[in-house]
Amino acid sequence: MKKSETWQLAVIIIIALAALYVDLNIEHPDWVKNLVFWQPAAQRDIALHRGLDLQGGLQVLLAADVHEGQKLEAVSMETARRIVENRVNSLGLAEPVVQAQGERRIIVELPGIENPEQAVETIKGTALLEFVDAGNISLPPGTVVTTTLGGPQVTPPGTEMPPTAESPITATQPTPPPSPGRMTYETIFTGAALKNVGLDRTQQGEYIIPFELNPDAAEIFSDYTASHVGQYLCIVLDKEVISCPVVKDHIPGGQASISGKFTFDDARQLAIQLRYGALPVPLRVESFNRIGATLGAESVQKSIRAGAIGLVIVLLFMLIYYRLPGSVADVALIIYVLINFALYKLAPITLTLPGIAGFILSAGMAVDANILIFERMKEELRRGRGLMTAIEIGFSRAWPSIRDAQISTLIICAILFLFGTNFGASIVKGFAITLAIGTVVNVFTAVFATRAFVRQIAASAGQWVSEHQWLLGV
Amino acid sequence: MFNIVEKRRWYFLFSAVLIALSIAVMVASTVKFGQPMRLGIDFTGGSIFVLKFDQTVGEDDIRAVFADYGLESAIVQPRGAPEEHIWQVRTREVTANEVGSLLATLEERVGKIDRDALTFDTVEPAVGGEVTRAAALAILVASLIIVAFMWFSFRRVPHAFRYGVCTIAGMLHNVIVSFGFYALMGILAGWETDALFLTAILTVIGFSVQDVIVVFDRIRENIPKHKKEPFERVVNRSILETIHRSLATQLNAMFVMIAIILFGGATIKPFISTMLVGMVSETYSAIFIAVPLLVVWEKVAARRGVARAMA
Repeated sequence: MKKSETWQLAVIIIIALAALYVDLNIEHPDWVKNLVFWQPAAQRDIALHRGLDLQGGLQVLLAADVHEGQKLEAVSMETARRIVENRVNSLGLAEPVVQAQGERRIIVELPGIENPEQAVETIKGTALLEFVDAGNISLPPGTVVTTTLGGPQVTPPGTEMPPTAESPITATQPTPPPSPGRMTYETIFTGAALKNVGLDRTQQGEYIIPFELNPDAAEIFSDYTASHVGQYLCIVLDKEVISCPVVKDHIPGGQASISGKFTFDDARQLAIQLRYGALPVPLRVESFNRIGATLGAESVQKSIRAGAIGLVIVLLFMLIYYRLPGSVADVALIIYVLINFALYKLAPITLTLPGIAGFILSAGMAVDANILIFERMKEELRRGRGLMTAIEIGFSRAWPSIRDAQISTLIICAILFLFGTNFGASIVKGFAITLAIGTVVNVFTAVFATRAFVRQIAASAGQWVSEHQWLLGV
Repeated sequence: MFNIVEKRRWYFLFSAVLIALSIAVMVASTVKFGQPMRLGIDFTGGSIFVLKFDQTVGEDDIRAVFADYGLESAIVQPRGAPEEHIWQVRTREVTANEVGSLLATLEERVGKIDRDALTFDTVEPAVGGEVTRAAALAILVASLIIVAFMWFSFRRVPHAFRYGVCTIAGMLHNVIVSFGFYALMGILAGWETDALFLTAILTVIGFSVQDVIVVFDRIRENIPKHKKEPFERVVNRSILETIHRSLATQLNAMFVMIAIILFGGATIKPFISTMLVGMVSETYSAIFIAVPLLVVWEKVAARRGVARAMA
């Protein structure tokens, strides 16, 4: 046996074992979780994510409410998405999803929410922009803070909505008692006080955001800046810090500008947030869809049963029809299942009912490559070729057909994915993703792994196998 | 040697009947429902509610509540076993702001609703139209790309173009049969098209080349090996050499799809069934339609060539 083939076997076994380890339904140690560097650092996890149709909940598809031909800026859609995300997070649900879909849609998934009215009001409500006194500490963007206008809203379903910016509030508002363990920041003025927000460039080429305040706020601002030079005035949108400029000087007259080491995009995004506070793009509810939790649980059970039964039949068929090579294909198919599930957990891929169907289907189709190869091997053996030659011809001649079939499947997956993305049809997307992953993994297990196994068997027991032709199903 | 290609007229006739039947069902559906297949709310817009009550309720009571919300044309149907008290209501679209009070009124006047099993779906009519256009475009683009890919893949074979066109013929066959099946189920079982139906059709298109590719591949390989044989014999030989594989693969795909249909969730049954019909049609059309068509084309071209040579 050649050295390179030993290596191939070792690689396959290591990958299979690693996949098995990831698949195990255990709490993986932190250092393992940290290996999935492509996931956002804060929430790295190795877990199966169930889609809304499997856990129950409400899905709302929002679309920019603009004329057909009107151009939408990607930045404003992204800002709108972030604002919606902040508001959805304020509902305190487990694993909500807020994603851009195509150029003009946002999909919002709220597990466990029943009432679309409440969800829609939360999503479409006006955002609250505040300028808060942070004292001597610069708060990093993304920090969630409690201000004198209230704290992070953990609104249990069915209760009142977060406050809106419409209430005329000034800095003279009495401070409520701070909650224990959490600092309450004083709101100096809100987004309602902003009259003009621009975007400019200094002579040094730095981007700045000039703004102008209404007379009342200008006075407050003037007093504030007079006594707080060198301190931080943080800009907070829906209780999340978006920027924390420092007060450089006393600013009378209500005209000032925010500077910093902004890139053009950063500056523009900040300007949009200051200017609109609320959504930079009007959003309309295009569709909503609610699935009952018990239905979801039932779907999971049934899918697992259907998948297991289908898989066992395929394993038996391959074993009975192709004997020894069939058992190799069975091992490859089991590795295939392990790798697929590991990828769903690592990527992570959110599993939906059609997604699971796509996976089961791909497992049924996965043996096609093996069937092509084994049929060819049998033909060559019947023509009187030796075992080794038959194996090599089997693999090399079957390859073009396998490759072409895989490519055509991937083309369809790409089209399905594009369609699903544009219309927020996450079920279509789910099917396309699992089918595509399966198709790629299939090349590894059905061609690469199977070949290594078959060669290994032929090299170590070729003579014996040749004497027992029934093992080959010829 | 068993000759499949020779009996091609019978297969062509069978497929012609199959396609005629499919079209007839779609016509019947158009007469009955105004659409060749019953379009679901993904394409037309509207709302669907699935309500599970905890007791026996009156159909008219449900209808009356919806009527009070200006939804007089609501279609109210029982679903599942009678003792489950599950009802499906299809209406024009209900806005997000109305849903809460509609459900409350239903509970007040009809009966308690199992909220954990409650399912509803609403799509704006405008989106429905957009989805329909995009779906048609997706089917067209998918077919073109797949055929272009076939043509490219067989570019070194004489008359590569013919391989592409014969693939289209098989693909059309499969799509029409799948459409016909869904239209039939629409009439018999009330199936409505949704985004998953489109997914099934696109998957059928993608898999339409799976068996064709294998036979064509074998023809490509056999042509130089059997130079003295007429094309028809080479084609027939290629079909026979690959038919085991086509059937074995098809069987495995059928096993898993039947497992999903029998044991999987109810919501994906129409989806998988359509795919199953499309895939069976695919294996049949590859061996008995697309590949024999290649022979027909060859013969017609040869006759023309001879005619030209004699003129």
